[in-house]
Amino acid sequence: MNDETQDTTAAAIDAVGVSRSFGGVTALAEASLSARFGEVHALVGENGAGKSTLIKILGGTVKADSGGVRIAGEDVTASGPAAARRLGVGTVFQELTLFPWMTVAENLFVGREPRGPTQLIQRRKLARSAEDVLARFDVHGIDPRALAGSLALAQRQVVEITAAFMREPRILLLDEPTSALAENEVEWLFGLVRRLRDEGACILFTSHRWGEVASLADRITILRNGTNVATRPRFDEGEAVTLMTGRTIDRMYPDRPAVDEGAEVALRAQDLGGDGLHGVSFELRRGEILGVGGLAGQGQPELFLSLFGARKLSRGHVEISGERARLRSPADAIRRGLAIALVPEDRKTEGLMLPMSVKDNLTLAVLGRISRAGIVRRKREQSFVEEAIQRLQIRTRNPGVQAVGTLSGGNQQKVLIGRWLLAEPDVLLLFDITRGVDVGTKHDLYKLVVELAAQGKALLYYSSETEEIAQLCHRVLVMREGKIVSELSGPDADAEALVAAALREEAA
Amino acid sequence: MTTVPSSAMPSHTGVRWRSALAQNMPLLLAFAILGGLTAVYVGLFHGQLDAFPGSFEWTSIVNTAMPTVLVAVGQTIVVLTRGIDLSVGGVIDLSNALAATQMQDSVASMVGWSLAILAIGAAFGALNGVLVAYGRLQPILVTLATLAILQGLALRALPEPGGVIPASYSDALANPGGPWSLLFVLAVALGWLMLRRARIGVRIFAIGNDEQAARAHGIPVRRVKVVAYALSGLLAAASGLFLSATTTGGDATAGDVYILTSIAAVVLGGISFFGGRGSALGAIAGAFVLTVLTNVLFFAGIDPLYQSFFQGLFLVVAVLLGAVLGRLLRGSA
Repeated sequence: MNDETQDTTAAAIDAVGVSRSFGGVTALAEASLSARFGEVHALVGENGAGKSTLIKILGGTVKADSGGVRIAGEDVTASGPAAARRLGVGTVFQELTLFPWMTVAENLFVGREPRGPTQLIQRRKLARSAEDVLARFDVHGIDPRALAGSLALAQRQVVEITAAFMREPRILLLDEPTSALAENEVEWLFGLVRRLRDEGACILFTSHRWGEVASLADRITILRNGTNVATRPRFDEGEAVTLMTGRTIDRMYPDRPAVDEGAEVALRAQDLGGDGLHGVSFELRRGEILGVGGLAGQGQPELFLSLFGARKLSRGHVEISGERARLRSPADAIRRGLAIALVPEDRKTEGLMLPMSVKDNLTLAVLGRISRAGIVRRKREQSFVEEAIQRLQIRTRNPGVQAVGTLSGGNQQKVLIGRWLLAEPDVLLLFDITRGVDVGTKHDLYKLVVELAAQGKALLYYSSETEEIAQLCHRVLVMREGKIVSELSGPDADAEALVAAALREEAA
Repeated sequence: MTTVPSSAMPSHTGVRWRSALAQNMPLLLAFAILGGLTAVYVGLFHGQLDAFPGSFEWTSIVNTAMPTVLVAVGQTIVVLTRGIDLSVGGVIDLSNALAATQMQDSVASMVGWSLAILAIGAAFGALNGVLVAYGRLQPILVTLATLAILQGLALRALPEPGGVIPASYSDALANPGGPWSLLFVLAVALGWLMLRRARIGVRIFAIGNDEQAARAHGIPVRRVKVVAYALSGLLAAASGLFLSATTTGGDATAGDVYILTSIAAVVLGGISFFGGRGSALGAIAGAFVLTVLTNVLFFAGIDPLYQSFFQGLFLVVAVLLGAVLGRLLRGSA
């Protein structure tokens, strides 16, 4: 902001007064952004602030309704992705763009396959070149002949990132590149980003994790409601949150109410075993928030899905309110007062019917309770929907009409949770409900979790962010390889202790 | 420098072999079905006539299958882009009608009209492509409309069955002296393998996999689609020419059955209707399966009235088998 006039290097990205709306919903309103060569520029803001739209406009896949975009000095406002590519723009989009039924090698080289004298693609050379590329970028354990669709989400993201870097872009756009990555993979990506920056490229990236933004970015631009509100080399977190949300959040995590020692055990798991689970036992009391920690992929999703009846157990049993329950399907679980809000790794498939309305999505699980003789009672439905929207502060204009797919990611997640709250369960299994949502929404969700506990609900809580578990939960079970390896509670359960417990035996 | 670990993907040969098998399972299954059905055919033939099928029988099978082979390969290309081409039947109608009414018994006329008919087929295909890609219309609607237009044109060219195809043309394409048409099958297969490795082939697959992603990768999606539909029209016209050569006469409705047989061959060939997945080699096998099946039903003494009943039954069982096998392989791989 201060020394913009003294800047002698050409602007890599220069977007001025860019607006864009989708079917009446404004995504960008007069947003401007300037980024130089040789810098890492972070773009932060809430879900729906317009980050992804801006990145798509810069990459040429979406056109601006008004405003001007220059890439490396060239006006590309009306050009497509091909022009952006020609100017050296590389992109990693939030929605993955790998071709699932093509091999990793074909994906890496799409559009620039090695050809023989006859102009035909040389398959063997393709696989070998792909091996070389993967080795050059320190990527191991990914077979270039495997179909992209058969890889785990993190691996797909690694391939996508590799494909962008191997083209040696001068301007690289990364839209939430880390949301699917584990910590060591994030380190790997940051190493690549820094190297590319030192070679003089411009890297623009978005992330919801403030730690990443602060450690990687040379400058940060904050977007709110489709407009840039500030650009600076540094913000402190509280200030950034205020600028992003337009409100002051003095304390991120609310106080949790104490658990009554004599509270009824709502859920008892006894020696659960199955695919990915090995003898898991625990008790969960009413009013308690029980955290499930550990590194990603140590059996946590299996545990949640098994408790919900969506996965088969080969061993052990579950007791609900002291009664043994056979959970063979989610329908069984719902009948016994269990509910699950599960946000899977790949947010595209989060269990909402995207083209259907907010109202229909909310009432899906309670249709039986709001109808008589099979006919939905409109009044009752209306009050249910209003209650859920009110309680979760879902931002929607017209719940009866607006399709869930047009809501921002954070609001979609609220709808998902709202659906289960309406079912009034005794036990709620919350799996990574804050994945990929902005700080404001996170704060709302934390308040909700604590409120539910205060009402006497029993909550099992997993999050990919350790800090969250440490701050929110009364007790934490640390899982490793499908087993509970330790249990921490009270002051012992801070984030450091949890990470240490998750890693302990692996170092030995 | 860090190393990206990954949820250890075992790469020893056993697993790799297995995943390759799972990937190519639909194709292998198509050929397995063809092999099995051919064995049944030979068995039934021997049981009835106490002899093995000879040159005449094989020639007849290959020549009967050939039009389906050609049109099915074209259909495959369109299906790979996540589309469908119903107009192929109309292209065959028109090709057959034009060949039967226009072709004279001279090399110049035969070559000239063959090229003209191929060009007409490709042009109608390109029209489909333009309407689908640039007009953003549903492929099923567009090709249903052009099908009707083509059927009308064919009837105008040849209102009643008739006309003659020069005998030398029949001999050149569908030589009755031996299964020489296998050479055409081979040529089509080779052409497919080349397409698969050409830039346009990769682009067709990419579009079928994920059109948004293809666009983000700078692939000219609309142009590629036009090419795909044009290729389908071209191959349908070739199919019409071959049909003319084998039937030696004209019938402006002879092509209509190929709408559904081309789709059936694609299904049997294991090509996904969700696009981006499959091989035309499978569709070629599928075309032969349908032809051999007709012969099997004949030798099994099935009343011709019930033929389509059994054909349908066979189709469902074959596709179900493919789905179940695929699930088993993926589940255990």
